[in-house]
Amino acid sequence: MTGGPNQNGDTPSPAADVDLDSQGAALGLVVDGSLSQGVEVRLDPSASVEDVKVGAFVTIRGDNNNFFGVVTDVSLGTTDPRLKHTPPQVDNPFIAQVMSGTVAYGTISVLPNLIMPAVMGDSHEGPSAAKTIPPHFSRAYVASQRDVEAVFGQEDQGHFWIGSPLDMEHKLCVDLDEMVKRSIGVFGKSGTGKTFLTRLLLVGILQQGQASSLIFDMHSEYGWGAADPENHRFAKGLKQLFPARVSTFTLDDDSSRRRGSSTDEVVRIGYGEIEPEDVEMLRETLNLSEVAASAAFNLQQKFGQREWMSKFLALEGRDSVFEMANEIQVQPNALGSLYNRLSRLKRFDFLVESTRQDAANRVVEHLDRGQHVVLEFGKYGRDLTAYMLVSNLLTRRIHNQYVDRKEEAEGGQGREPRPLVIVIEEAHKFLSQSVASHTIFGTIARELRKYNVTLMVIDQRPSGIDSEVMSQVGTRLTCLLDNERDIEAVLEGTPGSRQLRTVLARLEPKQQALIFGHALPMPVVIHTREYGSTDSYEQLSRSAAGWTAPALGETIETHEERLDREISELFPEDG
Amino acid sequence: MTLDGSPPRRVGEVVEANSASFTAQCYTLYDAPPLGCIVSAGSPEIYGVVCRVATEPLDSSRPVLARGETAETEEEVFRDNPQLTRLLTSRFEALIAGHREGDADRHYLPSLPPPVHSFVYTCSPQEVARFTSRLDLLRLLLNSGPPMADEVLGACLRGAAVAHDDSEAFLLRAGKALAAELAGDLPRLNSILKKVSP
Repeated sequence: MTGGPNQNGDTPSPAADVDLDSQGAALGLVVDGSLSQGVEVRLDPSASVEDVKVGAFVTIRGDNNNFFGVVTDVSLGTTDPRLKHTPPQVDNPFIAQVMSGTVAYGTISVLPNLIMPAVMGDSHEGPSAAKTIPPHFSRAYVASQRDVEAVFGQEDQGHFWIGSPLDMEHKLCVDLDEMVKRSIGVFGKSGTGKTFLTRLLLVGILQQGQASSLIFDMHSEYGWGAADPENHRFAKGLKQLFPARVSTFTLDDDSSRRRGSSTDEVVRIGYGEIEPEDVEMLRETLNLSEVAASAAFNLQQKFGQREWMSKFLALEGRDSVFEMANEIQVQPNALGSLYNRLSRLKRFDFLVESTRQDAANRVVEHLDRGQHVVLEFGKYGRDLTAYMLVSNLLTRRIHNQYVDRKEEAEGGQGREPRPLVIVIEEAHKFLSQSVASHTIFGTIARELRKYNVTLMVIDQRPSGIDSEVMSQVGTRLTCLLDNERDIEAVLEGTPGSRQLRTVLARLEPKQQALIFGHALPMPVVIHTREYGSTDSYEQLSRSAAGWTAPALGETIETHEERLDREISELFPEDG
Repeated sequence: MTLDGSPPRRVGEVVEANSASFTAQCYTLYDAPPLGCIVSAGSPEIYGVVCRVATEPLDSSRPVLARGETAETEEEVFRDNPQLTRLLTSRFEALIAGHREGDADRHYLPSLPPPVHSFVYTCSPQEVARFTSRLDLLRLLLNSGPPMADEVLGACLRGAAVAHDDSEAFLLRAGKALAAELAGDLPRLNSILKKVSP
């Protein structure tokens, strides 16, 4: 088809000629369809079904619009239902040749997502959401590189190259500005590449420079790095790639030292910083009843915020706990179980009676300097209680500071806080239906970017996340999921979810992800960009070079100083 | 045209015609064009596809009798009964498949059939290739009704293929056109394809 005369045999106009030049291989004709279900394209006899893959991009030339869509299904059709009962003599090559593409043919289902701009390359007019479908007999083509570029943008400061579309070499970019405006979800069952995808996204956010990130690094994978057993190598973390722009905090400095990770700060948390809300969120992991958890509020009333925990844990013996229960009018057994469970927290070395440094303030200070903060949990990463307690506690305090500062900025009394993306793992524990309504993460997810804080949730059980929170996740990146409920949860509320379900279930278990939401004009399956080889590190660091803010402690030579230095180098005896 | 591609020649004369077909009587006994052959009659030409060839007594009230009981060979029968060639005649029927109008081939029925006594000619290979460059005649033949329509069609395609430079490509194109016509009748399609398979 490429470059040939058009269907009517007319001489193509110069404009049409340009279009044809940038066209991919012809696929077939639109023969059926609807806006909700997508259109059916009957493949030309020359196009084999084996060459068309689910998730591939297709352009369809309608009468007045060019449509851009994605293949959601591939099927075989026949004009005569008797074909499957009495197959023709296909051992005769002539008969086989005649039958294929006529009586027996292939069809693909295409979901036309976008209408392409009439003039390609016109930056003022991007692709718009398709509100209609191409008419009967419109021709469908494999999308060309140029079409893909027009839809997904080119790599630049605001667009981060995250991978390539299936079977294409083209760099597919996500719009980072759009992405960090709302919460982000990274899903996929374990071992499908969530961590690598998250690392890439974080590098992107870091390069873009508009937002800071705070990573609650459960398994200490994002800061310094972690082993990549699949490829028998060590995957570098952010700190190794961008030492000047990433600060690592640790809860377990022994572990950090053993791993050779250079940490900037060791986090200690005083009992006084733990609030009853934290206990409420740990209800499930600590196996506390509702009554027991709410007893913490009574204790707080009795002793005050700074002291309730240390004074409560200082009680000795069952009797004194029961006495206390009578005093604050709580069921004795409930308070007893609260006492037992909270006593477990004593084994966390990072919890101390009192600390001079406020960890949340330190984190915010680093964030304000434009740093990205990774909090490594070390051995505590294996303990969900510690992970939830610390991330919830720090996030709440940081969020409070952001709220205050945002409000001050709105009142004209200061600068807006720098946008922050908070990264949490095992998100369904924080955002499950039972706790999402009253934890800080639920609040952040729901209030969107009102206070310049958004979430990046990483999870393997998206079905455990409250649907209200899920609906606020702007951009979703999902690797392979095979549980029906998880697939449903991820796709909930997405247009064309029925078609995407087929695509999602067919993802490769490695290095493939389905991305959809605000950062992209349409859902797309990508082959994730490589992360882990020397080349990939170089590329990632190189494309970050556009960032201009000087690193801390770095001195910059002024014009005069440079002149002086050059003169003294040229004429040493004069100096 | 004949299958061996010999030049066009006059083979007979129309003796009966209707809108869908005409019957011609051959000048020479047993000299009818073969089944599926494309012939033309009248001026401007009306094209037909031979769908039935018959040799029968000139006088239908006088049935032919067997005469060779004592003869050694079949030639001997004719030698002993020289009147036989005068009592028998070959006729063929052609389904009208299109006609010529000015410089163009029309692949539909002419407004009138060829007049009786029009001369009937076989077509040159060039003429056959030109007329079968479009395959609308397939539909006419498929729906023509005679019991052996599929046989006629198969013979016609086999014959026409010889006239095309790339016979295989022509047969494939014809096969695909047939498949479109017979999309809902796979067994019939299959049987015709077997007949034309190169």
